Amino acid sequence: MKSFIENFKKYRFLLLELTKKDVKLKYRNSILGFVWTLLEPLLTMIVLTIVFGTIMEKKTPHFSVYILTGRLLYTFFSGGTKLALKSIRRNAGMIRKVYVPKYMYPLAAVMSSFITFLLSLVVLVLVAGAQGMKPTRHLLGVFLPLITLFIMTVAIGLLLSVLDVFFRDLEYLWNVATMLIMYMSAIFYPAENLLDSKYGVLIRYNPLYSVIANFRHAIYGQPSELFYTVYPIVFSLAVLTVGVYIFYKKQDRFVLYI
Amino acid sequence: MLSIENVGILFRLANERVDSLKDYAIKLVRRELRYHEFWALKDISFQVKKGERLGILGLNGAGKSTLLKIIAGVLKPTEGKVVRNGSIVPLLELGAGFDAQYTGAENIYLYGAMLGYPKEFLKEKYDEIVEFSELGDFINVPLKNYSSGMKARLGFSIATIVEPEILILDEVLSVGDAKFKKKSEKKIKDMFEKGITVLFVSHSIGQVRSLCDRAVILEKGRLIAQGDVETVSTLYEEAIKNDN
Repeated sequence: MKSFIENFKKYRFLLLELTKKDVKLKYRNSILGFVWTLLEPLLTMIVLTIVFGTIMEKKTPHFSVYILTGRLLYTFFSGGTKLALKSIRRNAGMIRKVYVPKYMYPLAAVMSSFITFLLSLVVLVLVAGAQGMKPTRHLLGVFLPLITLFIMTVAIGLLLSVLDVFFRDLEYLWNVATMLIMYMSAIFYPAENLLDSKYGVLIRYNPLYSVIANFRHAIYGQPSELFYTVYPIVFSLAVLTVGVYIFYKKQDRFVLYI
Repeated sequence: MLSIENVGILFRLANERVDSLKDYAIKLVRRELRYHEFWALKDISFQVKKGERLGILGLNGAGKSTLLKIIAGVLKPTEGKVVRNGSIVPLLELGAGFDAQYTGAENIYLYGAMLGYPKEFLKEKYDEIVEFSELGDFINVPLKNYSSGMKARLGFSIATIVEPEILILDEVLSVGDAKFKKKSEKKIKDMFEKGITVLFVSHSIGQVRSLCDRAVILEKGRLIAQGDVETVSTLYEEAIKNDN
């Protein structure tokens, strides 16, 4: 443990550099650059609001904000895990030649996705403001879900990055899995409809939905729910433990497979 | 300074490459997962004292590069251990961590971070690196527009900015044009004269004789001889002669 911290200290500058690189290169050479980060969720939100707002009978208040919160959080989760999944193989050239702590690669991948995500929250502020929503004291409740989501994404990303070294088809499987998770996260339909049905477990025990639900509560000025706070934290820490264990057990073999 | 104790590394090669979950599941059910194992290195033990220059001789596939990677920390040995005292700079594959879309200046920080140098140190040495690399205004151009010589020059300049206690060299470096080659050779010679420990891998007995004071021979992953450079290189010459 002590040597882990020392090693982390020695290489923390590298973590920063790797994160910076992902963010910088994302915005370089693109004319719209940062605007695109805002435009993309905004356009999707408009389309989804029109389509689902029209076909849904029961009206959700501030439906566009409802959709936007779900989509932004989901996009970070899927984008972060996908980038982390590829991180070890993407950096194969370096891993084969220079020693660095290998967890830096998936961690930096999630961190750079998180920065992009935080930037895209500007859209949420704008839309919520335009809808006349006022911040309340419950707005402080956004932090815990965001921290939980970050840990959850790191945990799953770490696990996926190891598996991807050994199984190349994982990338496609995970693409399918994230899509299924999206449908089970109540992003563009009111969660109650499904929660009350016999398939309610699909949503209730989806940790991503828990995070989205509490995040929404904070934005809508409602208190957070205890189950949705505790459950994703327990889930994330459990996956993180498994992820770190497997990562450390397998990391010395990476170089032989990539 | 550097102590290699009973180091061995086992490589496991699948007879057929299984790298998808689908193949793995099918092969597992059919019990067709077979591996071919071999020791790329076995029972390697030797010591390098401070200031010694050790040459590592061996034919292709003898395990020289694998050994260097273990010493540099890139590969972990299956058995045995490597004890190192002091900072180590592997001058292997210069610029392996470069990003093509990044400019030279940005790559100095990225590659420097990868070698474990702190930020303040790199800031301090930035001008020195740029000057030594002779890149001039090219330092603000993305690396994808560099020639391979320019990349190597930048890599060499960053890697040698510290004075390591242990230097690992794979063959004699031929970096850039004749002028830069001379300059880089001089820099390495200067390091030599300061009494750093050197590990030098080569096919060429001539180079090993002129640069090193001790040598070892690797053959098929085993250490078959070690001792002072004259004795060992004579032995190596005879071994090659007998082979032919």
